[in-house]
Amino acid sequence: MNLEEARRILKSRAEKALGKPASYGLDLDLSEFKPETGFGTGVEGSEKILESVGIDLGEKNRSGSYYQVDNKAVYVSAKQSGLTVKSLSEALNDTENLDYYWKAVPVDTDKYTAAAFLGEKEGYFIKVDDGVSVTTPVQACLLLKTPGLIQAPHNIVVVGENSKMHVITGCATMREEAGLHIGISEFYVKKGGVLTFTMIHSWGKAIHVRPRTVAHIEEDGVFISHYINTSPVSSLQTYPVAYLDGERSRAYLSSIIIGRGASHIDVGGALELDATEGSGEILSRTIGFDNSVTVARARVVGSAPGVKGHVECRGLLLSNTSRIEAIPELEARVQDVQLTHEAAIGRIAEEELLYLMARGFTEEEAKSIIVRGFLQVELSGLPGNLVKYLEGILDSLAASL
Amino acid sequence: MLYLKRLVVELGGKTIIKGLDLHVNHGELALLMGPNGSGKSTLLHAIVGDKRYRVVSGSVVFEGRDLTGLTMEERVRLGLGLGFQFPPRLKGVGLRSLVLRILEKRGLPEDEAKEILEEYSRLLKMEGLLDKDFNVGFSGGEAKRAELMLTLVQNPRLLLLDEPDSGVDVENLALIGSAISRYLSSNGRAAILITHTGHIAKHVKASEAHVLIDGRIVCSGDPEEMVSNIMEHGFEACVDCRRAKR
Repeated sequence: MNLEEARRILKSRAEKALGKPASYGLDLDLSEFKPETGFGTGVEGSEKILESVGIDLGEKNRSGSYYQVDNKAVYVSAKQSGLTVKSLSEALNDTENLDYYWKAVPVDTDKYTAAAFLGEKEGYFIKVDDGVSVTTPVQACLLLKTPGLIQAPHNIVVVGENSKMHVITGCATMREEAGLHIGISEFYVKKGGVLTFTMIHSWGKAIHVRPRTVAHIEEDGVFISHYINTSPVSSLQTYPVAYLDGERSRAYLSSIIIGRGASHIDVGGALELDATEGSGEILSRTIGFDNSVTVARARVVGSAPGVKGHVECRGLLLSNTSRIEAIPELEARVQDVQLTHEAAIGRIAEEELLYLMARGFTEEEAKSIIVRGFLQVELSGLPGNLVKYLEGILDSLAASL
Repeated sequence: MLYLKRLVVELGGKTIIKGLDLHVNHGELALLMGPNGSGKSTLLHAIVGDKRYRVVSGSVVFEGRDLTGLTMEERVRLGLGLGFQFPPRLKGVGLRSLVLRILEKRGLPEDEAKEILEEYSRLLKMEGLLDKDFNVGFSGGEAKRAELMLTLVQNPRLLLLDEPDSGVDVENLALIGSAISRYLSSNGRAAILITHTGHIAKHVKASEAHVLIDGRIVCSGDPEEMVSNIMEHGFEACVDCRRAKR
């Protein structure tokens, strides 16, 4: 099948889904946004915000880069052999890559995937060949510059057999105006491959965000995803799903969600443990400020013997007008599975606050120590300087309360 | 160093300390004993300015300064340090980072802070626990050593230690006792140490012991003698003793 044929079939499915709301989150009227390319100029003038979402414009500690502004690829580089970084449009010139094109995320999932396909322009294609270990992270930056736009990058990441790669994606805008970001991400981790994916979002308070992510993990493969959202958004809804297709495959999804302003956030994640001895964990830390509303979902389904899954949702309310909901779900389809969950939402315990104040800290300092502790998640599998960087983000988040 | 005069303290509307006088000099270690609920912990929390405890009347004078009206943070800055009987578990807050934050708060440069951290880790055998979350999964002895470490790195002139010896085995008791003794051997420091069992008395050199019953000090005297009497006869003997005094 060539690209044209593939697109024709996808198109008829997408068109039928254009009116289909997402299962969760606020429903948006897509006619309010423009599906255009946008100005698509460079990243100049946005250096600071990109740095805050993990983008190293000097590329010192990076194996490759992809920068997209609005719906246009503006810079692509790959510095290691065995590593491919391309814009989607370029990657699709190779029919082999069609094997990964809309194969993980169903195009008719909802109106957002449909709109992303129908207006599809760019995205990144990152692939590491079999047996290659990419030493430093590959970075991708998605910058939204033009007001009122739908930015819909379609991203594909392929990790070959027994390969290893770290990808860090930073998505940001400096705009106060409305906009819609629909990021389609399809991840394929082959036998024995390891993919760590770190995504940091810094949007504006008028931006709506609808990432759509699906990962497939083969035998002994590992998929680790860390998501951090630090800034106010108008609305954010995402529900990445990892399919643990191969025996002994593993997945770990962590998200840190800071609800600020009037943000309406619905962040979830699901693990489908479909093969023997697969295991996975979903972990979330949610903080509610101001009038924010956050729903933290997590679902683990065990369908094969010997699988293990765990869900941990923790929420911290720092304002009386914010709201947090935690919805952990477990589903067992065979007998020999071990699925567990813990969920807790609370405020800062006065006992802990007073204890730290007796240690000589002011009330504000004590609060920030407790919040930093709350945000502490296992940043497993990441290279040392990325861990340091992420911990720095969490430190400054806690200190800025 | 510390004068408590006719101190009356309430907790949750209930009077716990009922007119208490106590005097601790520089270089002294005062043992405070008494049955459960007699007001020992309340007294230490009131001295350090824990806002849950209300001083109704009387005064707390530290180094010539009346502490009434000062916040806990201000009192800590003046040199009071409270070691809790039951410190909370702080998830996600590593012991090492907490110690370093306290030392940073004291204004010490980084290298000096690291030296102090190492010194106290060695002294209290905390090396293996530094990267664990404070008090999460600690054994009884580990929790007591960690709490003492945090209190000592604050460098207080007056140590207020609430049962550093309860639930602690002999080995840990010796460690804790020697760390306290070593700390107090520097000039200008003093301590009030609550002990329920009196076990720690063998490992520190106390200058005086006081027995607190129902919010009042009913008996004061030679620590060794009092501890052995209480071990043998219980606090009942102190009650009788008070009656005899009358």
